[in-house]
Amino acid sequence: MITLAEIENVSGVEGDFSVTLRQKPRYVDTEKCIACGICAEKCPKKVDDEYNEGLAKRKAIYVPYAQAVPLKYTIDPDNCIFLQKGKCGACEKFCPSGAINFQDTETKRTIAVGSLILATGFNSYDPSGLDNYIYRDCPDVVTAVEFERMLSATGPYGGHLVRPSSRMKKGDTGAPVKRIAWLQCVGSREKNRCTNEYCSSVCCMYAVKQAIIAKDHDKSVDCSIFYMDMRTQGKNFDHYLVSAQEKGVSFIPTKVHTVEEDRAANKLLLRYMTDNGIAVLDDIDLVVLSTGLEIPGSIRDLAERLDVRLDGNSFIDTDSFHPVSTSVPGIYGCGVITGPKDIPQSVMEASAAACAATEKLAAARNSLITQPEPVPELEIARQKPRIGVFVCNCGSNIGGVVRVPEVAEYAQTLPGVVYVEENLFTCSQDTQDKMAQVIREQGLNRVVIAACTPITHEPLFQETLAAAGLNKYLVEMANIRNHDSWVHADNPDAATEKAIDLVRMATAKAFLLEPLYQSELPITRSALVVGGGIAGMTAALSLSAHGYPVTLVERSEVLGGQARNIHRAAKLEEVGPFIRDLEKQVAETGSITVYTGASITDVKGFVGNFATEVTDGSGPRTVEHGVAVIATGAREYKPQEYLYGEHPAVVTHLEMDELLKNDDEKVSGAETVAFIQCVGSRNETNPYCSKVCCTHTIISALELKKKNPAMTVVVLYRDIRTYGTRELLYRKARELGVMFFRYEPEKKPLVGEAGDCVRIEFEDPIIGCRVAVEADLLCLATAIVPHKDRSLSGFFKVPHDGDGWLLEAHQKLRPVDFATEGVFLCGMAHYPKPIDESVAQAKAAASRALSVLTRPAIQVGGMVPRIDERLCCGCLGCLNVCSYGAISFNAEKGVAQINEALCKGCGACAAACPSEAPALKGFENKQIYAQIEGALQELKN
Amino acid sequence: MNKRKTNPTVRAAVAVVGGGITGMQAALDMADAGFFVYIIEKSPAIGGVMAQLDKTFPTNDCAM
Repeated sequence: MITLAEIENVSGVEGDFSVTLRQKPRYVDTEKCIACGICAEKCPKKVDDEYNEGLAKRKAIYVPYAQAVPLKYTIDPDNCIFLQKGKCGACEKFCPSGAINFQDTETKRTIAVGSLILATGFNSYDPSGLDNYIYRDCPDVVTAVEFERMLSATGPYGGHLVRPSSRMKKGDTGAPVKRIAWLQCVGSREKNRCTNEYCSSVCCMYAVKQAIIAKDHDKSVDCSIFYMDMRTQGKNFDHYLVSAQEKGVSFIPTKVHTVEEDRAANKLLLRYMTDNGIAVLDDIDLVVLSTGLEIPGSIRDLAERLDVRLDGNSFIDTDSFHPVSTSVPGIYGCGVITGPKDIPQSVMEASAAACAATEKLAAARNSLITQPEPVPELEIARQKPRIGVFVCNCGSNIGGVVRVPEVAEYAQTLPGVVYVEENLFTCSQDTQDKMAQVIREQGLNRVVIAACTPITHEPLFQETLAAAGLNKYLVEMANIRNHDSWVHADNPDAATEKAIDLVRMATAKAFLLEPLYQSELPITRSALVVGGGIAGMTAALSLSAHGYPVTLVERSEVLGGQARNIHRAAKLEEVGPFIRDLEKQVAETGSITVYTGASITDVKGFVGNFATEVTDGSGPRTVEHGVAVIATGAREYKPQEYLYGEHPAVVTHLEMDELLKNDDEKVSGAETVAFIQCVGSRNETNPYCSKVCCTHTIISALELKKKNPAMTVVVLYRDIRTYGTRELLYRKARELGVMFFRYEPEKKPLVGEAGDCVRIEFEDPIIGCRVAVEADLLCLATAIVPHKDRSLSGFFKVPHDGDGWLLEAHQKLRPVDFATEGVFLCGMAHYPKPIDESVAQAKAAASRALSVLTRPAIQVGGMVPRIDERLCCGCLGCLNVCSYGAISFNAEKGVAQINEALCKGCGACAAACPSEAPALKGFENKQIYAQIEGALQELKN
Repeated sequence: MNKRKTNPTVRAAVAVVGGGITGMQAALDMADAGFFVYIIEKSPAIGGVMAQLDKTFPTNDCAM
């Protein structure tokens, strides 16, 4: 990790680049800094805090925020009095570890790499130049990022929703916000006031989220979102939009043209026009500008230095089939630098770029990484417990509330405790080294860490124990931060007492801890990909490029999936040649075995060791594989409405593509073509947005206009969701005279027969009257619906969401992983998506699968239950509560048995069993009872 | 034109420019798969914009 650094230059070719970096001075020695914070306390210079968007102050020596990584202070040279004027030096004087180094200078270094990934992100649009929104002059007009900081409990207002104008002076408590307005598309979809013609993709969704959270803070707050189109096209986004409407958030389809300040009334006034042309003046306490995403100038310069081609909006110019490749081989891009996108899509692209950037380097895998030799484990079986207790201050996070010295002193008196230490940061690397040394010197054989949560930090301390030669399961944590100092920040006496209780409980349990062992299982180093569409073929090719054999199973007789029926992708590229190229690559690679007309009929095993039965015309066969990628796609909805199937002029999107591809007479002879959006989407049956239909319609409309500029093209829509740079297509279509009319879901268009034509009647909300159009061709923008293949998801133990899409492990942070280890997800089986996103997700799934395939072995066991067969009566109670399918019934013995490879150690079986047959190792009853005794001990005395 | 090497050097290392959620995810994936990764971050700490966010859709989890 190289911080404060920027790339100066890159030379070389893919596989062998030389990258020159310029690293700015930090003026703080990171080896010595212990992040105690005394420097910042003593620093006399206050400056605006960027992290809090200028709503709070920081010092000239600072850490950006409490959880920053690396947690090391930095001097801001532009504001440091010593560096500017040669006087002060307070930080240097007070630093207990001598970490300040005013002589630090800029350094240059060169690193040798095989490829580069640009993940430079974005800047939030600066609305200072928009005089109509008075952002610069009025503190109660804020940007969305400022509002995020206002909402945050750790933010400048402690999470209280107050008007910034009422918090200008120290000591101001602030006036509560009662009415908030969000103005969408500030710095997006705008050609006149700025040059960002694209849609920023994320602002509709974050405005909805902010409104919901504002309502959670205070139900009575009035929230209004002023928008052009609500673009909530992602997975589950429309459900969230509906929940906002149900919570009373108002959605007003208009662009506010002016925000004014009424100083006398201490209010903001919004001027806007409603749909029917009525001018409205609304009063509001707080205006949030939903500012868009843009690429900073410094990144444009960097791209120029690297020779990476950008598009007209300074995003990396990618094509729909290679979404993370730049114009320079060996340089890849992901996240907002390739176009505006949200967190899940950025995370997918990140994994996709990781996969693409290492394909050419695969042969050299592991050549630059050294694994530390494991330390031989000490035998402790016959030893009395010698417990070491480490109590953490966590900077001021714990130490600012809990009186840590008192806790440490108390710990000395507990049975078995032979050593107690207080640390500023128990988790810092130097503390780990020291702790390992202490364990050896003091002969400790159990360790208690009184600090934060085992969820994030237990693996670190386990590693430290292992480095000291102690079994890694001999550590117990007492969470005196999340469970104590954070929740009792206002009561140090009670917090200290509770910390003492928690330490006593943890020590009582630690006394009884025993070493546990994991065993290693080998990995079958090959993959199974289910589904041979674009996503499946892409995933298979990526895994094969990384050197792993793949079995590709396709249910139809040909590869290509739905994309075979699609004419053009979102950047107007023809899809046909791309599919043919993928098919050719799959055939020529040599390490991909393809079964068409085949289905999965059984799956056995678990991560690293699956055995799947694939059945095709020639019968069933078993395929062994270490990982599986599910890319089974989705299908087009067949409409029951709008005369579909009854009148020859009514077609679906895919049928329209076929007509366009063949330049059919139905198209070339048409004078008027109409499109109706959201057919089968965003309704009661399918409450989600199918994501691709708006863009699809516009691509078709552009093609029609290209074939015949005089053609009348009419689009009836609810919201046009041409997110990201797709917005440019929408703009182009409007410029070419395609007519767009919004309809409300309760007033759907009516379609009737009119000879060879169809007559479409609808209400235009702007002129407020009914309009009729006779069209030669009516294209229904049909929904995409899931296959809902329950047998496949049952075999792999992967869940569906309420709409029937396969459900990933975490919507934001693990978008291609399943909760089931070793099984990954991509393409439309996850959710409707365009080709570029399917390709990115497929490469991402391959990347995540590689993290399993490249592991030396699978570790199983450790903290898992053991079933005492003498106590088990075979009631199957445990089997029914196990969420991971890790328990099976051994009919021969009449008892339950655990598969350690599938078990996650959740303990549900141990809790459910009436006869205490399963004992979760590391959480055995005697250990938990000791902990409870520890908790109650003070009451007994 | 440079002479084409018969046995070109391939370095199992990647530079990731940017230490936000995207850069971190890319770096973690590659490190997991056996490559050496440099994260090059212009500010004093990694985390990016997501570290500034309060809560995130859909679970309203803390973004930190």
